[in-house]
Amino acid sequence: MAKPILEMRNVSKTFGSVKALSNVQLTLYPGEVHALMGENGAGKSTLMKALSGAYQPDPGAEILIDGLVADIHDPISSRQAGVSIIYQELALAPNLTVAQNMYLGREINRSGIIDRAAMSKSVEPILHRLGASFTAETTVGTLTIANQQLVEIARALHANSRILVMDEPTTALSSRETDGLFSMIRQLRDDGMAIVYISHRMNEVYELADRVSVLRDGTYVGTLDREQLSPDAIVRMMVGRELSSLYTKSDRGDKSSAPVVLDVRNLSDSSFLKDCSLTLRAGEVVGLSGLIGAGRSELAQAIYGARPRKSGTMTLEGKPFAPTSPQQSIDARVAYLTEDRRGNGLFLDMSCQDNINTSVLRPDARWGVVLDLDKARSRAIEAIQSLSVRVPSESFPVGGLSGGNQQKVLLSRWLQIQPKVLILDEPTRGVDIGAKSEIYKIIDSLALSGVAILVISSELSEVIGISDRILVMREGTIAGEVGGNTGIEPTQENIMAFATDVALPSVA
Amino acid sequence: MSNVSSNPVGLEAPGSLEARKRKLRAMMSAAGMLPVLLLLVAGFHFLSGGRFLTGQNLSIVMQQASVNTVLAAGMTFVILTGGIDLSVGSILAAAAMAGLIVSNVPELSYLWIFAALAVGLGFGILNGLLISALKLPPFIVTLGSLTAVRGIARLLGNDTTIFNPQIPYAFIGNGALPIIPGVFSLPWLAVIALLVIVISWFVLKRTVFGTHIYSVGGNEAAARLSGIKVPRIYLSVYGISGLFAGLGAVMLSTRLYAANGLQLGQAYELDAIAAVILGGTSFVGGIGSIWGTLIGALIIAALSNGLVLIGVSDIWQYVIKGLVIIGAVALDRLRQRGSART
Repeated sequence: MAKPILEMRNVSKTFGSVKALSNVQLTLYPGEVHALMGENGAGKSTLMKALSGAYQPDPGAEILIDGLVADIHDPISSRQAGVSIIYQELALAPNLTVAQNMYLGREINRSGIIDRAAMSKSVEPILHRLGASFTAETTVGTLTIANQQLVEIARALHANSRILVMDEPTTALSSRETDGLFSMIRQLRDDGMAIVYISHRMNEVYELADRVSVLRDGTYVGTLDREQLSPDAIVRMMVGRELSSLYTKSDRGDKSSAPVVLDVRNLSDSSFLKDCSLTLRAGEVVGLSGLIGAGRSELAQAIYGARPRKSGTMTLEGKPFAPTSPQQSIDARVAYLTEDRRGNGLFLDMSCQDNINTSVLRPDARWGVVLDLDKARSRAIEAIQSLSVRVPSESFPVGGLSGGNQQKVLLSRWLQIQPKVLILDEPTRGVDIGAKSEIYKIIDSLALSGVAILVISSELSEVIGISDRILVMREGTIAGEVGGNTGIEPTQENIMAFATDVALPSVA
Repeated sequence: MSNVSSNPVGLEAPGSLEARKRKLRAMMSAAGMLPVLLLLVAGFHFLSGGRFLTGQNLSIVMQQASVNTVLAAGMTFVILTGGIDLSVGSILAAAAMAGLIVSNVPELSYLWIFAALAVGLGFGILNGLLISALKLPPFIVTLGSLTAVRGIARLLGNDTTIFNPQIPYAFIGNGALPIIPGVFSLPWLAVIALLVIVISWFVLKRTVFGTHIYSVGGNEAAARLSGIKVPRIYLSVYGISGLFAGLGAVMLSTRLYAANGLQLGQAYELDAIAAVILGGTSFVGGIGSIWGTLIGALIIAALSNGLVLIGVSDIWQYVIKGLVIIGAVALDRLRQRGSART
């Protein structure tokens, strides 16, 4: 192989008494896509921040670029050394044009007056090379997330970067956009760019990476070459145990004769959802799969009453159910766990206790008005204990917890209403693998206790691993069902076939 | 799982060092601006040659603080939801005008308090309706009512001052509740202000409604999905703010035996907002406490009173008050950033 373009050796970083990185190494060659994997908190971001100059590593660390010691002490020197980082939250000014964004902070100007034309002109060739469908004069805020990413890539090329770090770039992309991004990444690789690709998604890494390095608890576990790659091997390195132990699904038996809890018939809304029908039975876990944008969350919210329905009927335990607000659903003991727990789930500044009790405050209160703080506290402590939330005290603000613990707090809010129907929208998104496995156990035990559960998930292995049967959505309607007694095996191929409208591989 | 062994809950023992540390920090942040208030009091006492900390002067300070405390309490409800109410001064004027007009009607004179409160509540609810039903920004709605209601206040008295030297319940503005006879008595105005604070504390911290206010301010989308009726919360907090402005009108009217639609309550909203901010309530909503607001209002009153006592000219009082507000909040931000780092 050629000479490495980047060598990071002995990189350690301590924050107070916490050792975030300890003697981590990473070697990067030109023209490779190098996936960096590890659970949340394993140290991926810290390592990349040492490379970007956002953090200073502890003394003893060596960062070599082209074999020479690179002096990276702030983001500017990192960029001068040829490093560009595209963060998950894109760092673009939405109100400015593409060209202005690419020149942000170093605008071409004549005695203080910005020369827009010159900036646009110098940017066009790069946009052309990337096959962009927009121009240098387009306002960034009007672009899709995928195109905004393209602007970031163009910015990196424009700065003559040779090392490009991408942190979970596909989180907000549809599958078509992801395909576009991947071919872009391959093109950059073929042009000799060295790309560090951070992702949780096994199939992406599998598809894209030439090599994979794995971090665990701030230490370097190892690097796999393309030939050695297998999901099992990576997970083993990430968690130090086998993949099969990740999912929990007790033998719940055939649920096709269990009592129907929720029945949805021909639900449509005025914009997107068309004739969605589904049935949830007591004690079963039904997966709801489909591509991003297929309408899964929209359907869940329409059932929950958080989004208007146009037509269709629903029954809950045989009685008509037509909530027009979340409160009505909660009163009927139907709960919806949002996919965006920080954005529209939790009250980050409020305590775990307040967050857990949100939906039972009024029923618990004396005369429906005055809080019952003792009851709230005991509910909180019980929930924290039964879901083993790692938190110093029930009065600790929920914003200070890790993703997994936040998710458990949000989940326990809904368990307080003793739901008959529990809709979980991406329950393990942004949650580390340890907490994931605990959440699967919780889902399983809820099903065993008779709750009807609908799990929306973009991770195919997850829906397959925990569901009794799986509904697949496509373009606002339910396109098919696999598993259970449909006679169709619940495989990734069959799900994707329904999700993308191609012939079933197992049937064809 | 990995580290669940010794303490499966993750809850730490109540007496542990960590728990005590956090408790201390929580107390510090709750105390907020109290050190600033104490410093001001000590400073003024010293500079005025011992004339600040006397029973009589403290009684005056509390009287001066009382109306602003009541307005600031209402403002706290509003700011906790992430809103703002610029119209309280104007609503106060309109409510006072209505109250005095009613008090001059012989058969109805004893009902004047209800008239003032009702007018305050009414304008507050109107603000709330515009904000919750039409989803207009609070700043704009209340900026509009700041102007419009001021005009209505002037219309009510044909742009004259209305007097009533025989106004019923005049003791509210002038009487006092003797605490230590002959030495210290608490003005009724201060009693009302303290009651408003205690009731507000109870509502905010001990009722479902109060928790919902914090929830809506902290994360409106989450509040909606958790079944909280968000528009109703908005409607209520502006209603409360208006009602408290009406109460402020009652307090001022009994003190002055008069009301003037143009002058009464001018710029009162600014002192109320300043008190809330000094009290550490976040402008984005969701964070803050009513005790902080009380301390904030006391700081403003102590400043006004103390600066007069030590003979600072009227013009410099403005400059100093403004600088103290900015300085105190800057200090608070620095302190909080320090504790966040640990």
